[in-house]
Amino acid sequence: MNRFDYVRAGTVEEAVKAIAAGANARFIAGGTNLVDLMKYNVERPGRLVDITRLPLDRIEERDGALSIGALVTNSTVAYDERVKSRYPVLSSAILAGATGQLRNAATTGGNLLQRTRCYYFYDEGTPCNKRLPGSGCGAIGGVNRIHAIFGTSDKCIATHPSDMCVALAALEAEVRVAGPSGERTIPMAEFHRLPGDEPERDTTLKSDEIVLSVDLPAEGFAGHHTYLKLRDRLSYAFALVSVAAVMELDGQTIKTARFALGGVAHKPWRNAEAEGMLVGKPATRETFAAAADRVVSKAQAQSENGFKVELARRAIVRALEQAAAGTPQSQSDKRIA
Amino acid sequence: MASSPETYFGTARSRVDGPAKVTGQAKYAGEFEAPDLAHGYVVSSAIARGAISRIDTAEAEAVPGVIKVFTHENRPRTAWLDYNYQDAVAPPGSPFRALYDEKIQFSGQPVALVVAEDFETARYAASLVKLAYAAEEPETDVTRVRDLSYTPPMKRAGIKPPPEPWGDADAAFDGAPVKVRHAYRHAIEYHNPMEPHASTVVWEGDGRLTVYDKIQGVSNSQGYLTGVFGLKKDEVRVLNPYLGGGFGSGLRPQYQLFLAVMAARELERSVRVTLTRDQMFSFTHRPDVLQTVSLGAGPDGTLQALRHDAVSGTSRYEDYQEVVVNWSAILYRCENVALTYKLAHLDLPTPGDMRAPGAVTGVFALEIAMDELAYATGQDPIALRLKNYSERDQTEGKPFGSKALRACYEQGAERFGWSQRSPEPRSMRDGKELVGWGMATGVWESLMQKSSAQATLTADGKLVVGNSTGDIGTGTYTILTQIAADALGLRMEDVTTKLGDTALAEAPVAGGSWTAASSGTAVMKACRTIANQLFTMARRMDHSPLANVDFDRVVFRDGRIAVADDPSRSVSLAEAMRAGGVDKLEATESAGPDSSHQKEFSAYTHSAIFAEVKIDEELGQVRVTRVVSAVAAGRVINPKTARSQILGGVVMGIGGALEEEGMLDHRLGRVMNHNLGEYHVPVHADIHDIDVIFVDEVDKANPMGVKGLGEIGIVGTMAAVANAVFHATGKRIRELPITVDKIIG
Amino acid sequence: MLIESGSPVAADTRVEISLTINGEARTLQVAPWTTLLDLLRERLDLTGTKKGCDHGQCGACTVLVNGTRLNSCLALAVMKDGAEITTVEGLARMGGGNGLHPLQEAFVEHDAFQCGYCTPGQLCSAAGMLAEGHARTRDEIREAMSGNICRCGAYTNIVDAIEDVMQSGAQG
Repeated sequence: MNRFDYVRAGTVEEAVKAIAAGANARFIAGGTNLVDLMKYNVERPGRLVDITRLPLDRIEERDGALSIGALVTNSTVAYDERVKSRYPVLSSAILAGATGQLRNAATTGGNLLQRTRCYYFYDEGTPCNKRLPGSGCGAIGGVNRIHAIFGTSDKCIATHPSDMCVALAALEAEVRVAGPSGERTIPMAEFHRLPGDEPERDTTLKSDEIVLSVDLPAEGFAGHHTYLKLRDRLSYAFALVSVAAVMELDGQTIKTARFALGGVAHKPWRNAEAEGMLVGKPATRETFAAAADRVVSKAQAQSENGFKVELARRAIVRALEQAAAGTPQSQSDKRIA
Repeated sequence: MASSPETYFGTARSRVDGPAKVTGQAKYAGEFEAPDLAHGYVVSSAIARGAISRIDTAEAEAVPGVIKVFTHENRPRTAWLDYNYQDAVAPPGSPFRALYDEKIQFSGQPVALVVAEDFETARYAASLVKLAYAAEEPETDVTRVRDLSYTPPMKRAGIKPPPEPWGDADAAFDGAPVKVRHAYRHAIEYHNPMEPHASTVVWEGDGRLTVYDKIQGVSNSQGYLTGVFGLKKDEVRVLNPYLGGGFGSGLRPQYQLFLAVMAARELERSVRVTLTRDQMFSFTHRPDVLQTVSLGAGPDGTLQALRHDAVSGTSRYEDYQEVVVNWSAILYRCENVALTYKLAHLDLPTPGDMRAPGAVTGVFALEIAMDELAYATGQDPIALRLKNYSERDQTEGKPFGSKALRACYEQGAERFGWSQRSPEPRSMRDGKELVGWGMATGVWESLMQKSSAQATLTADGKLVVGNSTGDIGTGTYTILTQIAADALGLRMEDVTTKLGDTALAEAPVAGGSWTAASSGTAVMKACRTIANQLFTMARRMDHSPLANVDFDRVVFRDGRIAVADDPSRSVSLAEAMRAGGVDKLEATESAGPDSSHQKEFSAYTHSAIFAEVKIDEELGQVRVTRVVSAVAAGRVINPKTARSQILGGVVMGIGGALEEEGMLDHRLGRVMNHNLGEYHVPVHADIHDIDVIFVDEVDKANPMGVKGLGEIGIVGTMAAVANAVFHATGKRIRELPITVDKIIG
Repeated sequence: MLIESGSPVAADTRVEISLTINGEARTLQVAPWTTLLDLLRERLDLTGTKKGCDHGQCGACTVLVNGTRLNSCLALAVMKDGAEITTVEGLARMGGGNGLHPLQEAFVEHDAFQCGYCTPGQLCSAAGMLAEGHARTRDEIREAMSGNICRCGAYTNIVDAIEDVMQSGAQG
């Protein structure tokens, strides 16, 4: 871990000022990913701006919906009664990720900004364009069974590891941020980006901006939802494929449906066309399979992760079935509903 | 010989070291303090093969608090000959020497040691060491060097090479009505004990060292250090009272010990070196072994031909060997047998013994093959095994000293409910999940090693026993306390067991499941010597109640020596010592294998493992919902800690079956998932019900009749799970781990 | 030096923080990069808290911070200024008795460990989990405890021990 200056910010303004002034400065809150990466020398910030004392640690009602402060911990969100009853897919997705102790530390803002778990990104003994632009991508042609099948580039095939963000994408939440020029709101779909030619950039957040909150929409799909996560062990592992699905039904007919995939792209992956195929259709396996086929028809596998294409297809179908049936996946009983 | 009632032997007792472990008072190698302790941090190689062309330590050395950066360019001189680096369990070859020269032999090889006043400074400075390499293309894929495999020219001590073939296995296979021939492979596995390897070297002045080393037997570290650094035994004391898991990774002294001692001697101050979790993937592993098992059988499943061929990866500098193929002919009777075991060089660190080394590998392949044969011949898997049950160890031409494997099958099947199994694959379901029931056999050698132990009884009735072996979590402290308490009729509370210190009587590393038999017998003998002394003193007392009584007619019970058939005649141990005019009695005794028994009998432990899996076939999720492991391992000293040994083996076996896999990038020669986040071992959520049965078994290889339990729990577990997966899905998966992709693929 | 909001502390400066550790108030000078784990183990000789991976991937370093279980390897000490820390050495005190915490007793009774290295983390995690109050069934305990790896494989015994304490209601 390198040496760095430390600034404890008391206000958002102080925090933004401190981040703008310091060379290669980083905000730190839960630290669950940043400290981890600093010990691997992947992150070498010149300054850490401690934002844990900022007043961003509340879940508030706003315009008939919930606004989750950037510093609210993952545990607090997951177990909040309002979240559980109105946005259960978010609660479930958070509980599918990490561990009890990590969720107690990790924050909402930090979860948005967590970095990929690509082996090569983490290992300074290997090439990685995300860690060291221009050094090449070790994962292409290397060990890549956990890597992306959608939206990859010839520079990077990393995935975004969050579970929470997959649910937020399905819910169409918005991220409220502040910078030197004031506040702005970024829709989830635009918050994370694809690697393209700049894999070092994970998000559209500017380097001098701070996440203030995640604002949920009024509709939380409490009746029909699920978060289904498939991984290499039954807990404490990142998703190979995950699906957050939410739905509104009119009898057996789908009124609205959205689903996002985790573990398959540089961002939570949605396919508007496939979602559109669901609307107005009966909530049957055939309907779901057609949408799933549409999604995976765009997949591009790497040398070791071809199985993810079929797994994603099946996971979409099952998740939509779970959501439609009102039998969301339990995160402690590992039988898949 | 006087008898002693078995008050404690065979009874479930909580660990005597339990309170220390649950309160954080138990100290591990990297936790001992020393005045003026300096901290070393290892810099690891990014390449797997080639040479360091430049190493620049200037920036690291400029960091305030850095004491010295050691590299191959400035290392102190150490011993010249390979012999001096060969520890007690080293395979044949030239042991790895850290910082020896510019040559790189494996990825993650230590290339510098940064020593600083504190850990964080050393870690930071280590990130500033700049290296340039002349890299060569590495070879880490055993499948690509299979054709270059060779029979190891020198055998590893204690490892039996395959026996000469008998009959004509190939001709018999060709002519057999039923043939099963397949290739099997499990992934490279890493031990990953929870405690990272660490050594704290205390500079005592005048070149004397006290070393706390993460090792499964301190005598091995001491021997290594005397060889490498030319130290006399009395100049280096090695301790390791607690070991945070070993599973074999702590059998050999690892490079952090060499580095810490090198630095301490050079700097003449105390030094600690602790490896990072990532570096735990840089010195040993269970090797990748390519296996083919060929079974030829009659229509009723009777074996007519048995071939088991294996090619194991090893390093370029040592011929690591383990027993992989012999198990096939130990377990099953067959008249035409051929077994081969070869090695192939890879640019990896030398593999090492990992819990039931070789047996995990060979039996996994064999027991899946037997399941395949069971299906091919329409037999129940247990019936097939009973049909081919071997009463003799065919590899040695000897009967078994004891073999209660039949009872394991019976009792395990009964407990599991095997008779309710519908044999057809895909025939059992529970809701959306397919249910699979599979079974397999386990076998491991029952070993004993020459060990010494000491016992000291003081007039206050307190007994201290011990030797230099380690309690690696197996419960050795507890069982030795039980044995000693029984031997002198004391309460366990009055007995203290000391382990893991070269100042104690010498014993070998804790491995091979031999510690209970070896150290246990030695402790019992030392206590009996004291018993004899006590008896002599008691009988010499004026008007001794024991007058005219022979030693074999007294019992040691409740702190007294009493006449067996007249307990009213007794003398307390304290009275005896007072009468003898001593305030302390000491004895050191050795115990070793009974060579005449060994000549006559083969000694193995056995088990039958039954596993239930529930599989969501569509999504490839496998859950191991139930395991029954029935074990025949002689007498059980402490059913509580013994059960834990089996549980641990089963859990690691489930990991091997479903999760554990070192993922190598062969272009880089580097294991990429070198951390606990991505090298998956089982977590709580993966482990459900595990039931352990100890089958009664009488064995006479040692006086206590114990056979060892540290490894038998894992052997066969991987096959039982894989066979259950087949039963559930009809899909035969011969490459482990059985991950999602293989289920849906 | 003392921390002032908004003012940078230069890299080579030691910062003064206050922590209450196992009931004892302490004022400490720490570097900004010192983790809570390294502070406990390297500076305060509280080696009961274990370093298994140093990256939040094993749980051996779990301690209670203001009653909440956290991975101390990922927490910078300076950021926990003012917090109350309970480590395995202080669990018994938290349990209110002079002897062992009910979880510690149950772990010994159920043989819920072998080598003992993950044990302090399992215990602190279990104490934190019981306080959270979300886990009731064995499935839920298993999931909630999955952040604590035990390579010796004592999982079934650990769950037995926790369930025992949970059912007795003696949560300390």
